[in-house]
Amino acid sequence: MANLTTHFAGIKSPNPFWLASAPPTDKEYNVVRAFKAGWGGVVWKTLGEEGPPVVNVNGPRYGALYGSDRRMVGFNNIELITDRPLQINLQEIKSVKRNWPDRAMIVSLMVPCEEDAWKSILPLVEDTGADGIELNFGCPHGMSERGMGAAVGQVPDYIEMVTRWCKHYTRMPVIVKLTPNITDVRYPARAAKAGGADAVSLINTINSIVGVDLDTMAPSPTVDGKGTHGGYCGPAVKPIALNMVAEIARDHDTAGMLISGIGGIETWRDAAEFLALGATSVQVCTAAMTYGFRIVEDMIEGLNSWMDEKGYGTIEDISGRAVPNVTDWQHLNLNYVTKAVIDQDACIKCGRCHIACEDTSHQAITAMKDGERHFEVINEECVGCNLCVAICPVENCITMEQMIDGVDPRTNKKISTKPLHWTDHPNNPMK
Amino acid sequence: MRTFKTSTTRSQAEPNDVKPSDVEDNFTDLHLPLNSVQAGVEASRCLYCFDAPCMTACPTKIDIPKFIRQISVNKADDAAMTILSQNILGGTCARACPTEILCEEVCVVNHSEGSPVKIGDLQRHAVDGLLQKNDAHPFTRKPLSGFRFAVIGAGPAGLAFSHRLAMLGHDVVIFDKNPKAGGLNEYGLAAYKMVDDFAQREISFLLDIGGIEIKNGQIFGVNLTLKELLSNFDGVFIGVGLPVPRDVQMRGNDLAGVSNALDFIAHLRQAPDVTKVPIGNDIVVIGGGNTAIDAAVQARCLGARNVTLAYRRGPDDMGATLWERELALVNGVTIKYWLSPKEFSGTNNIVEQVVFETMQMREGKLIPTGEVMNIPADMVLKAIGQEMNGAWVNDFETRHGKIVVNEHYQTSIDRVYAGGDCIASGEDLTVQAVEDGKQAAHRADVMLRERNNI
Repeated sequence: MANLTTHFAGIKSPNPFWLASAPPTDKEYNVVRAFKAGWGGVVWKTLGEEGPPVVNVNGPRYGALYGSDRRMVGFNNIELITDRPLQINLQEIKSVKRNWPDRAMIVSLMVPCEEDAWKSILPLVEDTGADGIELNFGCPHGMSERGMGAAVGQVPDYIEMVTRWCKHYTRMPVIVKLTPNITDVRYPARAAKAGGADAVSLINTINSIVGVDLDTMAPSPTVDGKGTHGGYCGPAVKPIALNMVAEIARDHDTAGMLISGIGGIETWRDAAEFLALGATSVQVCTAAMTYGFRIVEDMIEGLNSWMDEKGYGTIEDISGRAVPNVTDWQHLNLNYVTKAVIDQDACIKCGRCHIACEDTSHQAITAMKDGERHFEVINEECVGCNLCVAICPVENCITMEQMIDGVDPRTNKKISTKPLHWTDHPNNPMK
Repeated sequence: MRTFKTSTTRSQAEPNDVKPSDVEDNFTDLHLPLNSVQAGVEASRCLYCFDAPCMTACPTKIDIPKFIRQISVNKADDAAMTILSQNILGGTCARACPTEILCEEVCVVNHSEGSPVKIGDLQRHAVDGLLQKNDAHPFTRKPLSGFRFAVIGAGPAGLAFSHRLAMLGHDVVIFDKNPKAGGLNEYGLAAYKMVDDFAQREISFLLDIGGIEIKNGQIFGVNLTLKELLSNFDGVFIGVGLPVPRDVQMRGNDLAGVSNALDFIAHLRQAPDVTKVPIGNDIVVIGGGNTAIDAAVQARCLGARNVTLAYRRGPDDMGATLWERELALVNGVTIKYWLSPKEFSGTNNIVEQVVFETMQMREGKLIPTGEVMNIPADMVLKAIGQEMNGAWVNDFETRHGKIVVNEHYQTSIDRVYAGGDCIASGEDLTVQAVEDGKQAAHRADVMLRERNNI
């Protein structure tokens, strides 16, 4: 049995699966249910400053993007931070932490970008016994119109400033939650580091309109005939999140910084991929909102058995393991030649590979052979693009195989075992 | 596969245990229609193949991947138009086609998932949805030409011909022998395949295009002659099917209780109350095609205790599809192979048993073994095929009892076209008849325009 115990900036949790700051972590009732189900920690839904709480819309808050089988692939929300009084949230956080001392309790915060605001809320949170705080610099809707959330997260100077205040006014570890609604995630990450952050968490939701109601001609979710952009999450955002995590993990300035990975995690495998690209813990929301808390069971079991299969003993063994293999395009080996190979026994003859290649790529797959329906790669035309693999409905029917010697029949060039990078390529004018 | 409420006991002493309410239930839809959620899930299984094998397998060449995709993007009415533009009787074909030997047999999903996309059910979902709306007829007619065609037979071939010819701008009068139009759609399919008067609803939809008149009670060769038609019309299409059940010449053929399966099926379809249709206890159906199965299964549905389907050859030669045979077997029909009827015997002019000779295949020839076997029967249903008869047939060149046509669906007589079961175009299938009618209409259109220089 692998050991899933997670050590994250001094925060310990029995496993790396935390619930992200969101509706599932808005109150004691839900969080206790989550801990009973086995979640390793929670990031309590974002608290705002003392005073009348924010209000939410009373119409629909969520919108969905479906796959053809009506599985939700993307999810969008226009909910704001907690709309419950600060004192109630603090009491409940204290109570849950007292009753569940082994679980990570992190409190998400969002107050105006003023030193006093942060200075006054931090002791209140510290008093609950929470393990750490997460600064919500990501929320892209509503709160950003008031100069908070993503409005702060999009200005690296503000990130650094607020992070510094927090580090100054509390002994709790500070996690900075980053917004993906920027051009280069490395800048806000560097700012967080410069401000003294213990870790970053990412991604927050992506600015989005999830759909348009074509009868009312309004974006959905629609509130009394109008819609607004909301935060996009769910399985569809995972690739965007993975890239941003990797960018931070391999950046010269932020390499080694602790990362809590967020974005479309639905299975153990998703989690393992975030860990491999440099995360040490992961946060989940949409999957729990879709299926309920018990999905953590197969996440824990799946991660555990995969680690056993691979001989990984601890989370630290996995964390960042794929980072050295993330590089820039210019460092990819241009002498590496692959060709698609179709397993004729596995092929069901749908012809999708043929038409995709014929219409949109390199005319490298047959449709007929000897008058029979037959799909086979024409090596003279195949550039090894992987499109056929991607669209084939049968798993492992088409594979990309490396040519290790001989001549590439497409280019008539001899296969070289010596790597060639763009940096050294004769066609590179910058060489 | 549906199991009906049939008698479970074989004891002659026991009262029949199939209640009238059971019989009523048995004659409800064989396949429950897909609801829109089920249709969406099923549609998502389609791989949208390149040069799809299902489309190639369909005699009417319906663009199946396209219509399934239209269902999956919530455009079921567009899907229906994709279907109907190739096959105006797509609703009947969705119910009656042996999809297991056509589109669904070649569906590539068979290879990945072990069962095909339910193309027939999806087609029905789309077409039924459009027909139920009762909107204006979706097809339009070309500018009217003033030409008129006579069509003999209001079955699938004649109806498909008429609709397409009407689309092409010509008028049609259909002459049919029966009180109702539809041919085998109305009279020849098992009742549980065509519930809620579907054949008539579909015909009424089809006729909404305009320009088609149907005259019932017209028997070709009796009160209707080809000569007369050719002088009153610009052309004639023959779609009479194979109207006469083939018969056996053997002792006892005239005993009470011996009848044709097709008449039994037609009687059931036309019965105002199926629970009142009399049925024996020991039924023997003779034949090996889908008509034999339709008769045998419906006999069980009516409450017959023992139903035996006797076929003179082995399972490999049987015309009924495997799916139809399974439907019969799960519903308690006994299928016996290698039995050829020799005699129907009985007393007081009422049939009591069928005397069979057992058969064998030797050197490719079917020959009797000499062994004789009796099966008790108070009702015998013969389903050994159909044929054409009547003196009018002699005016045409025929081969193997079917009218010969060229690649333009022209018969040996000028301006006379033919299609459906009465020509040798392939399988005797509704869907083939529809294709014949459709193609013949295009040829007839070309002929009319060429000859009249328009």
